[in-house]
Amino acid sequence: MSSRELILDRVRAALRDAPVVAEAPRDYRPAGAAPPDLDVLVDRLVDYKAEVHRVASAEVAATVAGLVAEGGAVLVPPGLPEMWRPEGAFADDGLAPDRIAAADAVLTAAAVAVAETGTIVLDASPDQGRRVISLLPDVHVIVLRPDQVVASVPDAIARLDGRRPLTWISGPSATSDIELNRVEGVHGPRHLHVLLLTDG
Amino acid sequence: MSTFLGMPTTAPRGVGHLRGDRTFPEAARDALKNDQLRRNLRHATTTIRGKSGKVIAELPDWQSLRDAGSAIKAGVLAQLPELLEQLEARVTEAGGVVHWAADANEANAIVTGLVRQTGSDRVIKVKSMATQEIGLNEALEAAGITPVETDLAELIVQLGHDKPSHILVPAIHRNRSEIRDIFLRAMPGVDPALTDDPPVLAAAARRYLRETFLSTTVAVSGANFAIADTGTLGVVESEGNGRMCLTLPDTLITVMGIEKVLPTWRDLEVFLQLLPRSSTGERMNPYTTMWTGVTPGDGPQKFHLVLLDNGRTAVLSDPAGRQALHCIRCSACLNVCPVYERTGGHSYGSVYPGPIGAVLSPQLTGVADNASLPYASSLCGACFDACPVKIDIPSLLVHLRNRVRHPAAERAAMAAAAYTMDRPKLYASAQRAAKLARIAGRRGRGLPPPLSGWTAGRDLPEFPKQTFRDWWAERASHPEPASHPEPASHPERAEET
Amino acid sequence: MRIAFFATCLADTLFPEAAKATVRLLERLGHEVVFPNQQTCCGQMHINTGYQKEALPLVRRYASTFDRYDVTVVPSGSCAGSIRHQHAMVASAYGDAGLASRAADVAARTYELSELLIDVLKVEDVGAYYPHRVTYHPTCHSLRMTRVGDKPLRLLRQVRGIDLVELPAAEQCCGFGGTFALKNPETSTAMLADKITDIVSTGADVCTAGDTSCLMHIGGGLSRLRAGVRTVHLAEILASTESS
Ligand code: SF4
Repeated sequence: MSSRELILDRVRAALRDAPVVAEAPRDYRPAGAAPPDLDVLVDRLVDYKAEVHRVASAEVAATVAGLVAEGGAVLVPPGLPEMWRPEGAFADDGLAPDRIAAADAVLTAAAVAVAETGTIVLDASPDQGRRVISLLPDVHVIVLRPDQVVASVPDAIARLDGRRPLTWISGPSATSDIELNRVEGVHGPRHLHVLLLTDG
Repeated sequence: MSTFLGMPTTAPRGVGHLRGDRTFPEAARDALKNDQLRRNLRHATTTIRGKSGKVIAELPDWQSLRDAGSAIKAGVLAQLPELLEQLEARVTEAGGVVHWAADANEANAIVTGLVRQTGSDRVIKVKSMATQEIGLNEALEAAGITPVETDLAELIVQLGHDKPSHILVPAIHRNRSEIRDIFLRAMPGVDPALTDDPPVLAAAARRYLRETFLSTTVAVSGANFAIADTGTLGVVESEGNGRMCLTLPDTLITVMGIEKVLPTWRDLEVFLQLLPRSSTGERMNPYTTMWTGVTPGDGPQKFHLVLLDNGRTAVLSDPAGRQALHCIRCSACLNVCPVYERTGGHSYGSVYPGPIGAVLSPQLTGVADNASLPYASSLCGACFDACPVKIDIPSLLVHLRNRVRHPAAERAAMAAAAYTMDRPKLYASAQRAAKLARIAGRRGRGLPPPLSGWTAGRDLPEFPKQTFRDWWAERASHPEPASHPEPASHPERAEET
Repeated sequence: MRIAFFATCLADTLFPEAAKATVRLLERLGHEVVFPNQQTCCGQMHINTGYQKEALPLVRRYASTFDRYDVTVVPSGSCAGSIRHQHAMVASAYGDAGLASRAADVAARTYELSELLIDVLKVEDVGAYYPHRVTYHPTCHSLRMTRVGDKPLRLLRQVRGIDLVELPAAEQCCGFGGTFALKNPETSTAMLADKITDIVSTGADVCTAGDTSCLMHIGGGLSRLRAGVRTVHLAEILASTESS
């Protein structure tokens, strides 16, 4: 007997009392229960040490340039809108990890943001790129359109496709491992900037 | 121990970390002598309780989320065979390979074999309870493969040649200055001027592990959940070491208990709200990675999922005990437990400490192998109120105590007490005789164990001159004007004495 | 109202003042109290130590003794909790369905003292007088099993002359836990030590609670340390009047 059959047989034997379970009650606030509040999103992002900049699309490139040192290298995914790219930005075309790690910052778009938790989700679309590019540089800059902001976790789940590679980001890398206090800055980017567009 | 093929089986002995070498009271006695440990634990658990309470209070629908989480988990167990088959099909369609491990030995052999096939002699690991449970690191080391723990707390434990003491924060028993000392002693290339400032300690770990992340081709992880209808797996973490392990290597091997499957993508809307708030006390943890099989050009190009039984089917076979499998390993029950706060995690002898450990470990191993754990609780009930999936841990403890083989002397005493208490006249004369215990004095001089345990730190109450029962009878025969004695005509059941 | 009184084995044997106070209080409020003398113990010690089968006769005894009364009061959140949450479970595991449903039925008519006063008798001010500095420890089973909430405090707040002071970390367990205190004495006394520190920090001269068991534990520790704080059952405070 294969272990697969063995385990499935064991599970069936363990359930010989045939437990009947009613449909789960879902009395919590469902998707669509409330409109998103951008101020809540900003408040939550700042609370977890992300820096928020409210800018127009036309100001993105200059704002990003101002976040890196003079002549700093900004990595972008291949599908990032041209107008957002700061001068001298280089696009990922399957770069080796050490090249990615050498970038001073990475600039991506996002898929969804959750106001209530201050979370931004990346789904590896062309304007966000492979997961690794937003991981190794020390500064991650995310451009967020207001229509990408939802109120709650159920709203975000409803919008996302689980079969895409997803990265849920809530503030910069942090740990609670020392005396259970949150400390920012371990392995992921130590600085998270969110450019919240004022012009959709 | 022989078992029938296909019958639920407990976790095997001799492998993994589910059994301690001492009973809980023995191990706790040592831990209680360690004042530093108790200060560290009290500080950490008080901090987390405060944080968690605050973010939970922000949600108006917390109780509804708990109800949903509990019911979804009960539903998972009821349809576990179908869900596992569905998960297997979805993961396979998405380019992953699914393996089934009946116990720790088989899981260790599968993972070791898979790592060998890659030719790598090193793996990077994301903190995972399942791989600790099965003793995977020891198995890998025995095969000449070096496992590198990348979670900060796991790193502290590994560098300190220590054991984890908490589900979420395995080094919770260490404070910042102890951590600095461990890093100075055991972290290659560490700056000798290292301070005990937490950001500085975190930065030291970042520098130390960077190169390892970039040069290791195999990672081993656990999973917080797997979605049957999409084949999606998820790891919830904070530091980004999880993202490194789940993104950079060529090969990813995930070991997951069979109970971690969830039916639908939508179910995540419940658990992604319950877990962070009850775990680290955050609205959301810094990073969650979700992946489905293999994505060409993005992340590991080879993905293996190892589904682990190792006693879980034995837990499942007890209709009253199976709710322990609802656990999402948030550790809220540890953080509110007054016993855990004093004794620390090592006293429980298993990778699963605290209240959930006291009900899960004995079920995974069979109660005989962890007979003292169901008693490692005052049944105060704080864990039940804290549990995001509403596991009734106090009732489970009581249930398991009923399955423990009791010491003969205790059995005799309990039987005698029950006999007496079922015979009111005999009981009343025993009450009067008990007054003789006054001879022992309030400090209980000369009392035998276990009663001597009481008087180690507590005086006995003073025995009253008269029991209530006698007072009542006396009063009934000399009624006070204001009293209403029981009517004499009242029907009474014949008394057996 | 005619109220059956389940004194509990502990109050009956060791803390009769708490039981007598319950009787006096209810009679003072104009009710008739009956004490069926077939009662002994609710069986919680057996159940919580892992002897459910041995507890079955006690479960049966409780049900048959109190079945005939509309309302039963018990001056213990812990025993009330056991009766409500454990009796039917033991009855169905070791007895029969008939006993289980009878046990559940009797349990539904069994009230902890503060519940009886507030929910059934609808009284918050029982006319008590107690000129002492008092702190209240909400015992775990009152709080989390029987879920009496703030009812005891609401009763205490109406007591004349009382100086009621808040207990820090009140909801933390005192470390009693029945046989836990015997099987894990070191852990139990470590928990007790913290509880006592908190009690002493209030400057109260009386620590009260709705369970004689926890009070026995706390009192045993206070006595050992000669802390100068007495333990007094909630019923005794509520039964006190200017004339007593
Ligand atoms: S038992 Fe509940 S509270 Fe404890 S770790 Fe599991 S889910 Fe969390």
